[in-house]
Amino acid sequence: MSKGQSGLGKSTLVNTLFKSQVSRKASSWNREEKIPKTVEIKAIGHVIEEGGVKMKLTVIDTPGFGDQINNENCWEPIEKYINEQYEKFLKEEVNIARKKRIPDTRVHCCLYFISPTGHSLRPLDLEFMKHLSKVVNIIPVIAKADTMTLEEKSEFKQRVRKELEVNGIEFYPQKEFDEDLEDKTENDKIRQESMPFAVVGSDKEYQVNGKRVLGRKTPWGIIEVENLSHCEFALLRDFVIRTHLQDLKEVTHNIHYETYRAKRLNDNGGLPPGEGLLGTVLPPVPATPCPTAE
Amino acid sequence: MDKEYVGFAALPNQLHRKSVKKGFDFTLMVAGESGLGKSTLINSLFLTNLYEDRQVPEASARLTQTLTIERRGVEIEEGGIKVKLTLVDTPGFGDSVDCSDCWLPVVRFIEEQFEQYLRDESGLNRKNIQDSRVHCCLYFISPFGRGLRPLDVAFLRAVHEKVNIIPVIGKADALMPKETQALKQKIREQLKEEEINIYQFPDCDSDEDEDFKRQDAEMKESIPFAVVGSCEVVRDGTRPVRGRRYSWGTVEVENPHHCDFLNLRRMLVQTHLQDLKEVTHDLLYEGYRARCLQSLARPGARDRASRSKLSRQSATEIPLPMLPLADTEKLIREKDEELRRMQEMLEKMQAQMQQSQAQGEQSDAL
Repeated sequence: MSKGQSGLGKSTLVNTLFKSQVSRKASSWNREEKIPKTVEIKAIGHVIEEGGVKMKLTVIDTPGFGDQINNENCWEPIEKYINEQYEKFLKEEVNIARKKRIPDTRVHCCLYFISPTGHSLRPLDLEFMKHLSKVVNIIPVIAKADTMTLEEKSEFKQRVRKELEVNGIEFYPQKEFDEDLEDKTENDKIRQESMPFAVVGSDKEYQVNGKRVLGRKTPWGIIEVENLSHCEFALLRDFVIRTHLQDLKEVTHNIHYETYRAKRLNDNGGLPPGEGLLGTVLPPVPATPCPTAE
Repeated sequence: MDKEYVGFAALPNQLHRKSVKKGFDFTLMVAGESGLGKSTLINSLFLTNLYEDRQVPEASARLTQTLTIERRGVEIEEGGIKVKLTLVDTPGFGDSVDCSDCWLPVVRFIEEQFEQYLRDESGLNRKNIQDSRVHCCLYFISPFGRGLRPLDVAFLRAVHEKVNIIPVIGKADALMPKETQALKQKIREQLKEEEINIYQFPDCDSDEDEDFKRQDAEMKESIPFAVVGSCEVVRDGTRPVRGRRYSWGTVEVENPHHCDFLNLRRMLVQTHLQDLKEVTHDLLYEGYRARCLQSLARPGARDRASRSKLSRQSATEIPLPMLPLADTEKLIREKDEELRRMQEMLEKMQAQMQQSQAQGEQSDAL
């Protein structure tokens, strides 16, 4: 799921993530010429294949939230959506006749796009992440990072990391879920040095040194998306897809979903919700989750 | 005596000397959400370091921050010409989660300057009127959006009849040339749709040379100006340039192919500074004054108000809008002094009249 104010390149980046992953022939979605303005929660499924491995990826683009003059509680529809997916899964799970493979529409990862102001996080960013880091894995990403020089980038990242820490916002990979020392050292390095990833997205190709690369062409140079000295797109892609994909799913299932489930059971008096059991009717899905049940 | 040559061809020189002696003052307001490179651009424009010790507060501190208005003054001298530049900043604009009405303090500030000028102009001692009116507002639009955002529109609509607006796209090095064009086009369309009146550059005189006309047309075409600011000089190849160095190249601030910085600077400082001041005085201020006086006209004097031009005399009879207490007190004291002096004079005159009357009677009696 990708979130952030409109115009931060969310749709482009998401397209870039897959385009650079998939060979030019096997795309199963239609390539649009212009990027349409996303105005609602849109979930699009892609089936991608690589080396015989098939994966069904669902990308959820969100409305340009944060665009209005008054943005209070604009995270609520998104929170609601995430909880609805947990609810769907829960319902399937407690069914007497369960499907062998429960369709999993839960959100495994949320890419939060931070505007590259160069100063610090915006109050809206803080509010949003505070609320949502409790229900979903958030990976903060600095959008349109081609407006920052190397020094500005590193200073900005430091400030953002500090602000997140001071406000108790745990982004993925969360410290408390590191399984062993190996995990911890690997994740520590990512948490303290690389994140948030400063990315640039593009769906256009240019010729550079005889190769065709994805990039942005300006009068003062060509920014190559997959060049690590230009931006960290490749790091983000590798992190989300090549190394931590499975872990993202596991944390979602074992931690976030379990938290939701426990709370729902508590709400229902310790009884699992469902129609088959004692005719109990499922209480409505809450808009804001209650604090984590211990 | 030479009948054909009187000598008033020397007038422009006299004007020039007087203006240079007087110096120029200019108040520039900078507005837009934080992080768009406003401070850097101002420093680049005027080659100063006005924002050296500025601290940008953290996000959590800005959660409930209300908009503040900050004024910074600097005296710049170049080639013997002195300019007293006042910069008005609006930190906190567009920062909060809820930005409703966050533009009201700005509107109030602009009107207060008009108010002050109106008072000074209507006052008795008009020798040293300080002009603190805002002559121009540079409004920064984000290059990351898809045009004007609702907040931009709300702000612009609130101030466009009160100040000269020059829209500017900040951090324009985020955009590729095609994107810049598309964004400019979109903004121009939106401004038209929302009926927002930005500062209109006056047309060239028909007798200007072609070069100048072309330059002028180019400049008008490039509004809103897509700018990049920098206070650093980088060595690109052989020559040092003001710019921003990236791994993929260096953006040169003063390169017209890279951004519109030169256009903005030329327009703001070299060619249109005086016009901005004149439009502020002749159009925006007069509009404010007329609205103000009309709304304060007493109900019985409706015929007076309906006359096309309100004379200066009637202005002093109609109560002026409320000013902060200190100024009102000062005004009251001054007026009291005035009254006392006039009363004294009246008494003197009355005494004189009585005397002459008495004398007259005496002489009559005699």
